[in-house]
Amino acid sequence: MSQQIVEPKRSTLLRTRSGGKRTTTQEQAKTRLAWLFLLPTLAIVAFVAIWPLVQTVYQSFTDARLASGDEPRFIGLENYRLLLQDRDFLNSILVTVQFTLITVVFEFALGLLIALVINSNFKGRGLMRTAMLVPWAIPTVVSAQMWKWMYNDTFGVINDFLVDKVGILSRPIAFIAERNTSIPAIAAVDIWKTTPFVALLLLAGLQVIPGDVYEAATIDGANKLQQFLRITLPLLRPAILVTLIFRTLDSLRVFDVFYVMFGNRQNTQTMAIYNQQNIVEFSDLGYGSAISVAIFLIIGIFVVAYVTFLKVEEV
Amino acid sequence: MARVVFENVYKRFDEVTAVNDLNLDIEDAEFLVLVGPSGCGKTTALRMLAGLEEISDGSIYIGDRRVNDVPPRDRDIAMVFQNYALYPHMSVYDNMAFALKLRRINKGEIDRRVKEAAEILGITPYLKRRPKALSGGQRQRVALGRAIVREPAAFLMDEPLSNLDAKLRVQTRAEIQKLHRRLGVTTIYVTHDQVEALTMGDRIAVMRDGVLQQFDTPQNLYDNPSNMFVAGFIGSPSMNFMQARVDTDGEALYVADDNGLRLRVPRDHERQVAQMRGNPIIFGIRPEDIELQDFAEPDWRDNVVESRVEVLEPLGSEIQLHASAATHTNGVGQLVAEEQDENETRTTDIFVARVDPRARVRTGDIVPLAFNMTHMHIFDTQTQEAIV
Repeated sequence: MSQQIVEPKRSTLLRTRSGGKRTTTQEQAKTRLAWLFLLPTLAIVAFVAIWPLVQTVYQSFTDARLASGDEPRFIGLENYRLLLQDRDFLNSILVTVQFTLITVVFEFALGLLIALVINSNFKGRGLMRTAMLVPWAIPTVVSAQMWKWMYNDTFGVINDFLVDKVGILSRPIAFIAERNTSIPAIAAVDIWKTTPFVALLLLAGLQVIPGDVYEAATIDGANKLQQFLRITLPLLRPAILVTLIFRTLDSLRVFDVFYVMFGNRQNTQTMAIYNQQNIVEFSDLGYGSAISVAIFLIIGIFVVAYVTFLKVEEV
Repeated sequence: MARVVFENVYKRFDEVTAVNDLNLDIEDAEFLVLVGPSGCGKTTALRMLAGLEEISDGSIYIGDRRVNDVPPRDRDIAMVFQNYALYPHMSVYDNMAFALKLRRINKGEIDRRVKEAAEILGITPYLKRRPKALSGGQRQRVALGRAIVREPAAFLMDEPLSNLDAKLRVQTRAEIQKLHRRLGVTTIYVTHDQVEALTMGDRIAVMRDGVLQQFDTPQNLYDNPSNMFVAGFIGSPSMNFMQARVDTDGEALYVADDNGLRLRVPRDHERQVAQMRGNPIIFGIRPEDIELQDFAEPDWRDNVVESRVEVLEPLGSEIQLHASAATHTNGVGQLVAEEQDENETRTTDIFVARVDPRARVRTGDIVPLAFNMTHMHIFDTQTQEAIV
């Protein structure tokens, strides 16, 4: 056995040694060609991503104003000093992280549950898979407006249900207006909308796992729970990592739902909304850039944390 | 260690009956091969035994226990899958130890069993590797190892060699046999490859369309197939089947057809053949029972048919000669019809002979071919059951 495996290696070695020179020039040519093919992509990335990023970082050290004729002045770390003392910004971080934690946890848990259900064989599975994507397909602006009406304290269907139909509440709650309920309320909207997407990502991961592995585990004596914990979860890890990173990044940058439902209201501003407000409404491009850089770093921290904790080994 | 019994077992999927009234009595420590073309129900039968498919009707016993309602993990069986079904995220060691850990067997014992199995299979150097880093043959051994460590009452193997290349398959075949002799565990082995069946099985169960065709030792299956299907399925190249009738000249009986075939039935078969006198029959003879006259055994030379060579396939150790009776006019075009559907056993006008490699023959030659009528087979045209 071992001989069979060693032998081809040896022959490849010999071949490379004898035809060594040609292989290197060939390989060089290949590498050059590869770079040539990559060049357009790299140019575009540099133009639309790297350059704006550099620009933003630079502007964060200046007092640049939007649409102003004045030459921006370099003011060093002044913007960042202000940022660290800016209660509104710190609050926006809190709001955003709160929103992110709630949505990611629920979307992941529900999404996994749905994915597991859909992954099992049942009639109408294809239809189900398509139907569940409907919330995901509705533009956020539309669905947010819809939910805003549902949450309304006077006309909203939710209050009507809780107060008049079931009678759990004695008086209607202004879900959107109150600080305590507004974050869970808006998180629910995002969960409703995005869970199907999470389910689909995880389902793709589940479908890659070969069925006979479960049969082997059944015969080996693993019950359903053991199969889930010791086979499904470990094999799903790459898909889980991708899903969590996608969802966390999206949540940390959230803008549309909040903007439609809460507008610029200060106590429920997300980082992105606060940023937009500074740049567009207050024309404070320098300060806004500093906020952008801060957001960039915060998101970076989350990504690094995920990749470290959910280390994906080669499977 | 256990006897395994299938008693009137049925498996029905909606419209289809995948296994139809299967009865098998597999002795303790026996190596049983379930063989048949794809879709014959052999894998379904195995999966019912494993507990991966429900039994629609009938009973399956492992040891003295009826296992119909026993969950797979309590059946005391281990299974080797066609695609190995190794756990990709676990090392070879953990793959083998998984079942034992679930059974809460103590660490020392697990370690002892895994290492012993690894030693037997020669995979000790790979214990820390992931399945992905192994070759097909090594993965196959790990799959075997995972079964061995369980020390089960029976091994179930579902085409375990089909993903290996030809050379490795032959090698592993021998190793599985050796392993079986060493461990003495009842083994039920599913394959579609009749060579594997013949070489490995103590007994072979041939299945077709969910129905057991014959259950016997390899040699008996080969010598006395109970019907045309088994006759055609076992042996390679397949047995030749020709439309013929039983003639008599008042003194002896002959198998004859319209193409100039006229072969005398040996004395010991006469009694069985006599009843078919004047009736159409299907005449069957294996390629190894046809030889060029010059190279044939003396007693074959009484039955010689002048034949035209249609195709020659020299194999070094022998020549496979596709021929037709010389008076027969249809040419090579007929060969296309010889392409056999696995499930269909057909008669042809062209027959195959395995002749001596020293023979100097060319395509188109008319050569005398001698038939060994002691090994003749006769089947009923309607039922396809064997008469001789």
